Order: sequence, then structure tokens, then C-alpha cells
Amino acid sequence: MSTTIDVMGKTTGATSSAELAEQRHSRATVGDFTSPDARMVCRDVDVWYGSKQAIKGVSLDIGKHEVVSMIGPSGCGKSTFLRCLNRMNDTIEGCRVAGSIRLDGQEIYDKGLDPVPLRARVGMVFQKPNPFPKSIYENVAYGPRIHGLTNNKAELDELVETSLTRAGLWNEVKDRLDQPGTGLSGGQQQRLCIARTIAVSPEVILMDEPCSALDPIATAIVEELIDELRANYSIAIVTHSMQQAARVSQRTAYFHLGDLIEVGETNRIFTSPQHKLTEDYITGRFG
Amino acid sequence: MSNEAVSGPGAPPRRAIDVVNASLKRRYAKERRFRFMGATAVGLGLAFVVLLFADIIGKGYTAFQQTYVRLPVTLTEDILDPAGTRDPQTLAMANYMAPIRKTLREMYPEVTARRDLRRLYSMISVGAPQLVRERVMADPGLIGTTQELWLLADDDIDMLMKGHIDRDAPEGDRRVKDDMLLWVDRLLGQDRIEKRFNTIFFTHGTSREPELAGIAGALMGSFYTLALALVLSFPIGVGAAIYLEEFAPKNRWTDLIEVNINNLAAVPSIVFGLLGLAVFIGFFGVPRSTPLVAALVLTLMTLPTIIIASRAALKSVPPSIREAALGVGASPLQTQFHHVLPLAMPGMLTGTIIGMAQALGETAPLLMIGMIAFIVDVPGGFTDPSTVLPVQIFLWADSPERGFVERTSAAIMVLLGFLFLMNLAAVLLRRRFERRW
Amino acid sequence: MYAWTLILLLLALMALAYHFGRRRAVAGAGGVAQIKTLHSLPAYYGLYAALWAGIPAVLLMGLWIGAQDQIITSLVTASLPTELVEGQSAGRVGLLVNDIKNLATGNIVSTSVTPEIQAAADQYLRLERLSDRAMWLAVLALAVGGMAFAWRRTEPRMRARNRVESIVMVIMIVFSSIAIMTTLGIVLSVLFESLLFFQRVSPLEFFFGVDWSPQIALRADQVGASGAFGAVPLFSGTLMVSVIAMLVAVPIGLMSAIYLSEYAPRNVRAVAKPVIEVLAGIPTVVYGFFAALTVAPLVRDLGAAIGLEVASESALAAGMVMGIMIIPFVSSLSDDVINAVPQSMRDGSYALGATQSETIRRVIVPAALPGIVGGILLAVSRAIGETMIVVMAAGLAANLTANPLDSVTTVTVQIVTLLTGDQEFDSAKTLAAFALGLTLFLVTLTLNVIALSIVRKYREQYE
Repeated sequence: MSTTIDVMGKTTGATSSAELAEQRHSRATVGDFTSPDARMVCRDVDVWYGSKQAIKGVSLDIGKHEVVSMIGPSGCGKSTFLRCLNRMNDTIEGCRVAGSIRLDGQEIYDKGLDPVPLRARVGMVFQKPNPFPKSIYENVAYGPRIHGLTNNKAELDELVETSLTRAGLWNEVKDRLDQPGTGLSGGQQQRLCIARTIAVSPEVILMDEPCSALDPIATAIVEELIDELRANYSIAIVTHSMQQAARVSQRTAYFHLGDLIEVGETNRIFTSPQHKLTEDYITGRFG
Repeated sequence: MSNEAVSGPGAPPRRAIDVVNASLKRRYAKERRFRFMGATAVGLGLAFVVLLFADIIGKGYTAFQQTYVRLPVTLTEDILDPAGTRDPQTLAMANYMAPIRKTLREMYPEVTARRDLRRLYSMISVGAPQLVRERVMADPGLIGTTQELWLLADDDIDMLMKGHIDRDAPEGDRRVKDDMLLWVDRLLGQDRIEKRFNTIFFTHGTSREPELAGIAGALMGSFYTLALALVLSFPIGVGAAIYLEEFAPKNRWTDLIEVNINNLAAVPSIVFGLLGLAVFIGFFGVPRSTPLVAALVLTLMTLPTIIIASRAALKSVPPSIREAALGVGASPLQTQFHHVLPLAMPGMLTGTIIGMAQALGETAPLLMIGMIAFIVDVPGGFTDPSTVLPVQIFLWADSPERGFVERTSAAIMVLLGFLFLMNLAAVLLRRRFERRW
Repeated sequence: MYAWTLILLLLALMALAYHFGRRRAVAGAGGVAQIKTLHSLPAYYGLYAALWAGIPAVLLMGLWIGAQDQIITSLVTASLPTELVEGQSAGRVGLLVNDIKNLATGNIVSTSVTPEIQAAADQYLRLERLSDRAMWLAVLALAVGGMAFAWRRTEPRMRARNRVESIVMVIMIVFSSIAIMTTLGIVLSVLFESLLFFQRVSPLEFFFGVDWSPQIALRADQVGASGAFGAVPLFSGTLMVSVIAMLVAVPIGLMSAIYLSEYAPRNVRAVAKPVIEVLAGIPTVVYGFFAALTVAPLVRDLGAAIGLEVASESALAAGMVMGIMIIPFVSSLSDDVINAVPQSMRDGSYALGATQSETIRRVIVPAALPGIVGGILLAVSRAIGETMIVVMAAGLAANLTANPLDSVTTVTVQIVTLLTGDQEFDSAKTLAAFALGLTLFLVTLTLNVIALSIVRKYREQYE
């Protein structure tokens, strides 16, 4: 950080090369944050925890059938931003959101908007697998049950099976659906949570570092799953691992201390980052 | 697409979100019901607190006043001291009721029948002469003079004055008959009857007569009991906690002690009474009905509370403190007593105060060890027969007189007052010294 | 009383011993300047001497006071004229001895005072005085002896600190075993008397008999007056009152815990939680008064208003008030376990679009269920063992009934009743109280052990 300020100090009274340098150091987002086929549209989103501003004027789109990954050092606000997208921040006391976030054109922070159906449309998978202390079947059936998505037991059975199949877990658990979900391995638990999420047929799935608690093999399976899910869902994933972002996402957003520094095609971000901070992060100078 | 075809094969495809939206109304109705139930539960809990206090205070606040009757009593020498020696012995034995009765007869000359006279006399408490005697003993010069004396009224008159007896009730259902009402009204007209602050309640022991009954004896009994229980349970509790938390090896034996302490904290208090009866009184011959045996029983009862709180307090002292002290060469015990204990002390004291508050309110085990005896004298030591405040409440609650209902409630208010002060002290202590590491 | 003076005297001696021990250590080192040559700080030498002066003396005193009464009593009994003792039952002799003691201490005596009894009382007093004096001498001698012993042992190389510390450690170990000894004391005392009881009344009758009327056994020598000791009506009464209490306490306690931890705004919680917990700090005798004088008449009048006949000491009134008493117990335990459910569970449910009540009912409560069940078991154990409310508001008649409007009696009520009247140790009536106590202790202990282990397992699950 201190180096940045030094450089900025030197470049006052700029030339054209200095302008380029300024762009490399400014806090305005570099790159195109829009998406041609956007499902969620966020503009100038600010988030405060009490008096502390955690997100500063972030604009970003999430398109249909794409995986957008959000990367950045710890505390950069990427998880906070993700939790705004289905209003999970509502549960945190003192959290305030300003700006505009729209899902299919509808403002989700509208006063009259009900977060319950919103969350049915925008599902979320958490950092630590958090299956309910119920059976595997009940874990997946929970969402459909509360929303009344099925009319009878046969339909519910079918929905549970499809969801588990889509999450790539069916073959591993089909003989022990009545056993507690907490008894599964970490990777299986996380896929169970994904199955649980897709069982309510969301349109967008948010994933908050879904693999950080998993071993490499489980991570590979979940990453493969994310790639398959892209066909049906819009996915926003927060990750600590740049390799993961590179593997699973089409677009990548780099956050730094509450600012969205740079957005772009994943390939472009990792091969030719335009902002100094992005470059430093990607080349491993900090993070 | 993900957002369709969640229904069974045959059904027409529908968007999941439409199903969700359709279910919302029903679900929010449920949500409101559930929330309402929760709020009702909290409201009921609060209402019970209010109800309990309102009931006790409503029944008891009048007990802090007591009705007195002002009569011009002629302290005739012939009755009190016929020999005229002013010998204290004679004065102490004299019949002070007689001059009072004489005054009453003079004030109500129309009352002549013996039965009516007895009822007339009964308006003044049997304890009133005692108070007259105290004054005369203090100043024998009063003999032969006529004094306007405030005399303690009987509890029936007291209840009438406080409105606990309904004047409109049929005479047969009323403890105070019609003629007595007239007598009282005449006193009222002459400004000779009024309610004053009830000092007797705080200075006397118990009595069969409500107007003479006080809580001084029970308070002193509670004081001696608690003082001794504190002296016993605090060092034992803290010592045990230090050993168990800091020094005890983790083995079967200490596990057993640990489980045992947690269970003791949940053993019904009456069982401790059985223990006290069989072991302290039956086996060791500790005198029954004394603060000593009560303190022993209550010590055993409060120990688990104190030990558990003290261990928690020790646990909250960070290991770095111990390491620092050990690092400069202090012995483990010096580390404990010089460094850990002072930091854990507020927590331990809080636990002890809470334990003592428990002990102050405890009744059941004390019934077993004879604290239930009727003891008029205010105890003066640890081995004097005595009772304690909650047991006194229990005994009074059993008495049928309306005057005792009021005094029981007042005694409860005093007890709750002490408990409130103790808990306040605990809270303040915790606030004042609470540390976050 | 003499003992207190003696204790003060002992304390003074200990202070003296401290002073001398310390001085000797400093002198032995060769003055204040040479203190560094001492193994320990001078104060430890002082403490060492003080402990030697105090501890043996206090132990002796405790033993003496403990044994004195028994020894004197047996001496007096032995010296009683044979015609008073011969052919009398043990209980009779016990009464006689009691009279002698009462006479000696100036209390009211139940029988007429014969010269023999007067003589025995005089002898009792004489022996007591003698014993007191001997104790003074012995205790003080031991204190001085201990002081002298420590004085001789004190020299600069003595590891005074280590010795003092090991003594302190032993004291702390003794303190911590008091808890075990308490349990042992409870078990032994209750068990011993219960065994005596079961020699007279068969356990089969006690545990399965449906007829309870111990009051018949007025005198031990009464022919065929063993009373009826079938405790089933007591158990059923206890059960009914407890069930009513739990019906009040569990829904209200649980729902208010849920409301306060999940719904209530912070300021409401900050006020309501401590106010409800006030209920836990109110002495049970106050609840008893409330039940007997306010709730019971209310229930009776209400019953009369709708044409129901309610006993004036109904199980319903006692149970309801007991329930009120237990509300904070249930609510604070439930509050703890609900708060122990990780936030990630709530997040997971909300993220699926569950409403708050769905999350609570379908995720949080099931997740907290073991803890809640443990808490409820503890509350049940408390309800079963609760005494004052039922003593004051439930009846004495042992009705075997399922009607909550009837009067029932409970185990604890009977224990109190049997042990607070004029009693005769060793009578079946008194012993029955201990048998009931044993039953009560075992039942509550079992509940507690189960509940505590469930709660502990539950906590470990989320740690």
C-alpha cells in the first residue's frame, strides 16, 4: 500500500504515460463489469458494518450461464458483496447496504421485497459445509418441503434424487439416505449442501469459498460440479485460490479493501492484468 | 431450465418461484402465529413476575403500620406499687393491664355486662401492658400521674383500621362485632386511634399474637447462620476449586469428584436436611434448632455452587499469567495465591454471594433440623435455639389470623429485599471487575 | 459458649507462633542482613510454626467435641439405676436420656423429675464440665506443643516454604473431597435408616402398596400398629404435580427462550431476560405462600364458577405455581443450548429461503433438541424434589387419583410431615421418611446423571 501512495505522489502533473500509470493505480474499476446477458445487475453498491465501510461503490453483473469468480486478499469484501446478492447480510446486525442490486430487473433491496422468495431464487453455498443435523434425505427435502414445491412423497423422492444426482452425490449416498448428513465426509457434505441448494430450483447460486474446507480430491470433484451446473444456473463464486478461479470461471473480479479493482475475462485477468494491484496479487506479491 | 419442471412427470411445467410465491401467504401466517406464541410466552413470564410481586406487596405493605390507641391512663399507685417503695422488682411484676382496663371502663361507662367488658378489654393488645411497664420502669415518677399513652391495639382492631375487615359484612361473619365498631368509631371521632410505623415488627421475636410478632429473632437467626455458612463455605469452596482446577491430576478420581459436584448441585435440598438430621444431629450430636447445625447443612448445600463458580473464575484467568509467574521462579502455590487468585477473586465472590443468597432463601432442609420450633427470644449466638427468616415465613403462613397474612407478606418483602441487595452486589461486582482477556 | 473462646485463644496462639517462628528463623540466619542464607522467606517459617500450633489442636478439638456427647451419654446411661433401665426398650431408654439432657440444660422435661433422674442430670452436667475443662487443657497443650516442635525444627536450611505448601496442598485436597464425603454422607445416612425401615416394612409393600397412613403408628409398642406404608399414592401425587408443573414451564420457558434469543430486539431481551430470571431467585417458601393463599383459592373459586368441585389444596394450584418457578430454569437452559447452535445452521436455512419460524422449528430446535431434553430432565428432577410449594399448597391426604382438581400428597411433603412432628427416632414412621428420602435421592440422581451427560455430549458436539 505505501508504495502505491508513493508512486501516486510522484505522478502529479501527469504526462500520457503517467495517465496510464494513474489508471494502473486508481480505485475506479478497470475493465468491463457488465454482461451482455445479465441476470443480476449491481450498481454502486456500498456496504457498511456500523460506521465501517466494507464495500465501496462496486458495480458488477452476473450473466446467465456463466461463473463469475471473485478473488482478492482476506478482508477485501468479496464475501460481504456475495452475501448482499441474496440479502444474507440482513441477519448481521448493523449492516447497511446502499446502491442498486437487481435480479431480472427487480430491485432486491426494495422496501417491499421479501427476502424469503428472493433466497429461493438466489441460493447460497457456504465456506464450511453446514448440513443440518438431519438425515441426508431430509437435508435435501428441507427446501422443497418448506416451499411446498412437491405435491406428494413420490415427487419429493424424485426431486431429492435429481438434486443429489446433479450434485454428483447420488451414487455415493443412495443406500443410506436415512443416515445423518453430518456423518458424511467434508467433500460429500459440501456436495450435499449444493444438492440442498439446487433442490429449490434457484436461478442464481452463490458460493462462498465452497472448497476452502476440502481436500484436493474433494475440491476437484466440486469444481467439476460447478462447471456442469453452469449450464442451468448463474453462479458467483468467492474463492481464495486463483487457480480455482482460473479453472472454473469465465469472468473474474478482483476486490481490494472494499473496492472492485478489476473485472474481465478470466483468461485476460490472469494473463495480462491491467491494474497494478491485480498484477501484484496475481503474481503473488501479497495476498 | 432449472426454474421449471419441479413437479411430477405428468403435471404441466411450472416455475418454482411461482410455487414459492403462492405458498408465502400461508407461511407468513404461520410465522406470525409462531411469533405471537413466543411473545405470549414472554408476556406470561413477565406477567407472573408482576403478579407475584403485586400480590405480595399488596398483601403486605400494610404490615409496616400498626394501629395504636391513645388512652389517658392513670397510673394509680394503689394498683402498681401499693407499698410505695418504687422497688424495681415490684414495678416489674406489677399489673399494668388493670389501669388500662380502668380507663376503658371510664371511657365506655355504658358497657357493663361481663362478656361485653371482656370484648372491650380485648381491643387493646395483651402486649400493651409490657410497653407501659417499660416506660414506668424507666421513669418511676410517672406513678400517680395520668398519662396520655399510645397503646398497641389488638390485631382485630388493626385489621379493621386497615380495611381488611369489611364493615358491611353480616355481623355473624365478622370478627369485629357491631358494638366494637361503635367503640372504634368513637375513638376515631376523638382522634384517639391511628396507624403508626410498626417498630415492633423489626424489634421483636415471633409471637402468637400477630400485633406482637416481629422478625428480629428470625433475622438474627438468619444472620448467624449465614455468617457461619460463609466462613465455612468460602475457604472450603475456593480451596477445593483451586485444587481441582489447577493441581488435580486428570484421573478417574478427579472425574468422579467433578461429576459428583455437578450432581450435588442438583440434589433436592430436602435431602441435605435428611443428611443434617442423620449425620450432624444424630451422629455428631450438634444441638438441633441452632444456627450452627443450619450453617453446616447450608455449607454443604452451597459448596457446589461456590466451587463451580470459582472454577469458572479460575478458568477465565489466561495461562499467560501463570506462565509469567512461574517464569520468574514463583512456586506453583505462590503463583496461585499471588497472581491467579487475585484475578479470579471477583468471580469467586460473585459465586459465593449467589450461593449465600440461595442459602438465605432455603427452607426445606432447615425444617428437618428443627429450625421450625416456636422460638420467641432473639438468638444471641451460634448455639442458641433460633429460626431463620424463610422458616418464619413458613410458620406464619400457616397461621389462620388475617394479621399474620399481612406480616408473612411483609416478612417476604424483607427477605426479597435482602436477596435483591445480595444479587445487586453480585452484579455490581461482576460489572466492576469483569475483565476481557 | 466455651468453644468460641477456645478458638479465639487458638488463633492468638497461632499468631504468637508465627511471630516466634519468624524471629527464630531470622535470628538463626544471623540477623536481618543475612536473610538470604535462609532457604525460604522468613514469613514461611512463621507460617510453618503457626500451622503446627493450630492444625493438631483444631483436629483434637473437633474430635473431642464430636465424641464428647456420646461418651458422656453412655457413661450417664451406664450409671443409671438398673430398675430404670432394665427390661426397657432401646427407644424408652433413649427418651429417658433425652429427659436427663433436657433437665441438665434447663429445658422442658416430658416426665416428672424423680431424684434418680435429677441425680443423673447432675452427673451429666458434672461430666460435661469436666470434659470441657479437660478439652481446654488438652487443646492448649497440644497447640503449645506443636509450637515448640516447630520452634525446634526451625533452622535456616529447613525447607519451610515446601513444607507449608505441602500442608496447604493437603488441606485443599481435603476440602475438595468434602463434596465426595457429602454424597457419601447422604447415601450412608439415608441408606442406613432405610435398611432399618425395610426390616420392618417389606420393600414390596413400600414400592407397590397403594395405602399410605403412617400416622397410625403412634407408639412403637402399640400392638399391630405398624401403619400402612404403601408409597404408590405418594409417587403418583409427585408425578401429577410434576407433570402439571412441566406443562406450564416447558411451553412458556421454551417459547420465551426462543422468542428472546431469535426475535426480540436487543433492548427487549436486555430487560425481559433478567426480569424472567428474577423468578429463579425467589425463595420457594414465597412460591408456597403465593400458591396457598392466592392461586389455590383462585383455582377453587374459578372451578366453583364453572361448576367443578376443586379441593382447596388442589394438585393443580401447587403444580401451576411450581411450573412458574421452573420457567426461568427451562428458559435459561434452552437459551444456552439455542445459542450454542452454530450460526451456519441458521445461514444454511435462510439461504434456502426459509422463514424465521421455519428455521427455528425445523432446524434450530431439532439441532438443540438433546440439550433441551437434558434441560427439561433437570427441570423434572427439580420439580420432583421441590418441597416448600407442595408442603404449603398440596395436601396431606394420600389420595390415589388422576384428577388434578383433587388434593394429592407428594414424597417431599410426607418427608417433612413425618420428620417435623413429635418424633421418636427409630419408629417406623421416622424411618419411612428416610426410605422416601432414599427413593427421592436415587430418582433425582438418575435424572441428573442422564441429563448432565446429555447436555455435556451436546456441548461437545458443537465445540
